[in-house]
Amino acid sequence: MRLNRFIKTIFLTEFVIALIKATREMFRPAKTINYPFEKGKISPRYRGEHALRRYPSGEERCIACKLCEAVCPAQAITIESTERPDGSRKTTRYDIDMLKCIYCGLCEESCPVEAIVQGPNFEFSTETREELYYNKKKLLDNGDRWESVLAKNIKLDKPYR
Amino acid sequence: MELIIDMEYFNILSNEVYKILFVLIPVLLSVAFIVWLDRRIWGLAQKRKGPNVVGPFGLLQTVADALKYILKEIIIPASANKQIFILAPIVTMTLALIAWAVIPLSEELILSDINVGILYLFAVSSLGVYGIVMGGWASNSKYPFLGAIRSAAQMVSYEVSIGIIIINVLLCTGSLNLKEIVLAQKDLWFVIPLFPMFVIFFISALAETNRPPFDLPEAEAELVSGYQTEYSGMMYAMFWLGEYANILLMCAMGSILFLGGWLPLFDIYPFNVIPAPVWMVSKILFLFFLFSIVKVIVPRYRYDQLMRLGWKVFLPFSIFYVVLTASVLFYFDLLPTRNF
Repeated sequence: MRLNRFIKTIFLTEFVIALIKATREMFRPAKTINYPFEKGKISPRYRGEHALRRYPSGEERCIACKLCEAVCPAQAITIESTERPDGSRKTTRYDIDMLKCIYCGLCEESCPVEAIVQGPNFEFSTETREELYYNKKKLLDNGDRWESVLAKNIKLDKPYR
Repeated sequence: MELIIDMEYFNILSNEVYKILFVLIPVLLSVAFIVWLDRRIWGLAQKRKGPNVVGPFGLLQTVADALKYILKEIIIPASANKQIFILAPIVTMTLALIAWAVIPLSEELILSDINVGILYLFAVSSLGVYGIVMGGWASNSKYPFLGAIRSAAQMVSYEVSIGIIIINVLLCTGSLNLKEIVLAQKDLWFVIPLFPMFVIFFISALAETNRPPFDLPEAEAELVSGYQTEYSGMMYAMFWLGEYANILLMCAMGSILFLGGWLPLFDIYPFNVIPAPVWMVSKILFLFFLFSIVKVIVPRYRYDQLMRLGWKVFLPFSIFYVVLTASVLFYFDLLPTRNF
């Protein structure tokens, strides 16, 4: 046994095996991706940046039930509402403090009208803290921008809800 | 009369200077290339992509890095010995570059064809330890100090076995001239009869240039980054360039001593039309490939293991091999004879 090991040491057997293996691995495709230029696949259930959705008519979905505000464990959501002339209850203020948010997805789950959702966007870093205090306008803009993807993702995830 | 002598002197000087530039600029460019290649091979073998953004295939990555280093502030610690602190990277870089004066890229492409080429090379590479020791000592801080001590011990130990390996080659050639060492391999590269010596030379070269698995002087888990810890900006970059120029030098030395320098693989048609410098460069690159892939596959040695390997294994074995080579050459009457 000791002789065997001695021979292995002298002839650098393990080293040569490792050398061949490493050289072979060099020509196999890499496991990493070229991030800013190509991106990994994201699940439809991915919890990224928030968005407020609208109905196809352009009317905003949110009915100011404040369930999301109540369920939010980080208390990142602030909602104020009023009654509009047509009798519907709508928000006047819908703020999310993205710095407090823990991206748990409970707001999305609690929403009865699929108004507040978390989209697939994870690249929303900013240079100042203030830019991450999202208000209603910003959230609605997000909703308009990502609507096609959001609708598709909700449809894909429906059977599991 | 005086004027004519001056002109002559100036002519010689300008001639030499332009020759020096013809060596220095390609060496510096290839160092930049080799740093990229090293990182790229390292990345590919670990199934990453490696640097691939700056320029085609990321080739300009090193240029971008160097630019960054130039723009950064050079911080000199308050307690450091200022003169020696500044001198250390200059010494490292200069020593790594002046050695290239005697490296023959082909029979004609050689800056100075001196008769004791191999001794010059060996002397310059031995001096390389001074830059590191000066840097570590002048920093006046514990990590650089420990790194420099380790590095000094390591480089001195492995130089001994490299010296004895070189004696093996010299026995076979009977000349200290690098050109004649290469030409002596016309029929048979020394890598075949002296294969164990080639392996030991390669491992010693790894230790000599502080490469993994012998990168103890800058073992980042223990010593931050060894003797370079207190350096920043261009001074750090000079250490770094000097280190890679040294690695390249060791590869060149290995290919001259064992792989037949600029000689083609076989002296038959498709091989001997390829120009000599191409052969030399490809051999250097082959050795460098081994250098950088070792970094991926071998874990770092412990310090006592390193010393044991150097003094108790390599040194006795290479001395034994000197005796063996000499005996074989003498017995079969193959000793190289020179016409004095």
